[in-house]
Amino acid sequence: MIPLSYIVALSAFLFCVGVFGVLTRRNAIGILMSVELILNAANINLVAFNRYSNGTDALGQVFSLFVIAIAAAGSVVGLVLIIAIYRNGKSIFVDKYDLMKW
Amino acid sequence: MVNVAHLIPLFPFLAFLINIAFGGKLKNACGPVSVAASAISFVLALFVYQGFRSGGGSYSLGTWLSLGDTPLNFGVMVDGLSIMMLLVVTFIGTLIQIYSIGYMQGDPRFSRYFAYISLFMASMLGLVIADNFVMLYIFWEGVGLCSYLLISFWFEKPAAARAGLKAFVTTRIGDTGLFLGILLLFFTTKTLSFHDLQQISEGHGTVLAIVAVLVFIGAAGKSAQFPLHVWLPDAMEGPTPVSALIHAATMVAAGVYLVARTYPLFLVDPFALQTVAVIGGISALLAASIATVNNDIKRVLAYSTVSQLGLMMLGLGVGGYAAGTFHLMTHAFFKALLFLCAGSVIHAVHTQDIWKMGGLFSKMRVTATTFLIGTLAIAGVPPLAGFWSKDEILSAAYQNGHTVLFGVAVLTSFLTAFYMSRLIFVVLFGKPRSNLHPHESPATMTVPLMILAVFAALVGFVGSPLAHHAFQGFVGGGESSAASQANGGMMILSTVISLAGIGLAYLIYILNVNVLPAGMLSRLNGLHQLLLNKYYIDEIYDAFLVQPFLGLCRISYKIDLGVVDDLVNGVARFVAALSEFLRPMQTGLVQNYLLVQIVGLIILILTLGKLCFRY
Repeated sequence: MIPLSYIVALSAFLFCVGVFGVLTRRNAIGILMSVELILNAANINLVAFNRYSNGTDALGQVFSLFVIAIAAAGSVVGLVLIIAIYRNGKSIFVDKYDLMKW
Repeated sequence: MVNVAHLIPLFPFLAFLINIAFGGKLKNACGPVSVAASAISFVLALFVYQGFRSGGGSYSLGTWLSLGDTPLNFGVMVDGLSIMMLLVVTFIGTLIQIYSIGYMQGDPRFSRYFAYISLFMASMLGLVIADNFVMLYIFWEGVGLCSYLLISFWFEKPAAARAGLKAFVTTRIGDTGLFLGILLLFFTTKTLSFHDLQQISEGHGTVLAIVAVLVFIGAAGKSAQFPLHVWLPDAMEGPTPVSALIHAATMVAAGVYLVARTYPLFLVDPFALQTVAVIGGISALLAASIATVNNDIKRVLAYSTVSQLGLMMLGLGVGGYAAGTFHLMTHAFFKALLFLCAGSVIHAVHTQDIWKMGGLFSKMRVTATTFLIGTLAIAGVPPLAGFWSKDEILSAAYQNGHTVLFGVAVLTSFLTAFYMSRLIFVVLFGKPRSNLHPHESPATMTVPLMILAVFAALVGFVGSPLAHHAFQGFVGGGESSAASQANGGMMILSTVISLAGIGLAYLIYILNVNVLPAGMLSRLNGLHQLLLNKYYIDEIYDAFLVQPFLGLCRISYKIDLGVVDDLVNGVARFVAALSEFLRPMQTGLVQNYLLVQIVGLIILILTLGKLCFRY
């Protein structure tokens, strides 16, 4: 059996990739994809810890299913917003939208 | 039927509410509303008079409030003095309002004018029926407010706005005196009711004399007596019917009424009475002398009012209680008449300079005839009203041994006859001096003139020896009606004085006789300048009171600007500078914010981990 620490490390790596993506991508769709990576990192954690702690109930698995469903819904809203800002500014590069200051 | 007295001020007040609320809709109906309210009040006043004759008296509507142990009643004063005032104010007020309908026709603020006039009437009537100092003071201020509103009624004219302000500030100085007097009276005697004045006048001594003088300062402000008389001539900037109302029935009468009402206080100490008499005498002579050279038809009448009020005060001050109040009443009639005549003349010729008028007698017969009657009445030609009341004052001064004041009164009477004759000789007779097209005024204006002329001629009889001094008995001045027994010598003297004044004016202004030798005339030039400039009193006040005060204001303004404002602005500027420094943090780029959040979160986690796990 693969040690738990390997899986946690994978999850942490995935999380860091996601955060890096969110912070550096100019494209709004890229940011959305990076957010999905962060969520999946969390999902891996949930599944792994469930498996390694007692393994009798499927609480972690069910929870990650919830996360996937809600992430799907969140992506929909995010894409709608991206379409909306695209119609407004003919661009989905987030560094073009800096109106919200003083 | 005396129990309707408290309704008398209510009707004009109601008219005020109606006119101020619905003036825009009522338009020309505003005038009749006010007139009707005054007329109803006059009828009620007649009822009160009837009730008083059949034994009624003052009554109370209950306790208004309590000052410590002193209950302050919502009381209504019903006695000879207040009934006399009620009748005069409502009667003359009604006529003036009828006249105003004609005079103010077409004014853009027609409804507001009548609203103010009604409020003015209500305040004055409330003042008259007040039975304690606090109620009186409230209505007293109401009268002051209305005079301000009406004097500066044509506030587009800077002169009118200034005149209103001057009237308000000047009378306010007097009001302060009255207020202090009321406080002093209350803390000394624990009573504010007029009914108790007679009773408390024994035993408190000199404090009450101080109260009396303070009250007189208030009266002097309202009645335009010597140091505070400056506002009244300027008040001529208001519409002429307002001048008539202020001079005859409401504003200036209030001061004399106050002195008459609080007369027991003045009787406590001869000093207080002396003050009243001397100030009255100074005002009478001062104003009469200024009136002899003034060239503005309304200002002559204004100075005449100051002078006549001075005579009333003089009458009260020398102990002629009934004489003073009698003159107050007769003066109300003929001065209202004179002002309304002047208004009619101004309405016709559109100028106030008497040297541009002339020869108006044949063009405006009604106005001119009534003007003539009013002039003869004020000049004191028998048997018109002014003769009887002026005679009473002269007698009172003479018989109570005030020789100097008697001389002042005689001289004032002479000057009064002179300047009033000068006024009508120049305005009504002779040849027209400029190209004017006078026309008689409409009936709403001439009918009140005729009614007032009849009263100005005849009202004096109620206080004459022919009627056995019925008036004096009615207002209850027992001591003076005894003093003013029919005095043939005094009557002849007073007639001679009047005729001499009129004769002198006739010589100078009709026959153009040079009464003075040529050399004399040039020497009198200085005096003429002094009179034309009203003894430089306005200039003196300006130099010694107004300018220093304005200087103080300027200093305060600088302090306000330099210290207070700069302190506040400095705080604001500091905050602004700080925000300028912090502002770039807010870039508007969402990824920057997120970066800061995540870095912060990492720092937080590391710190917490260090604290909790000590690795």
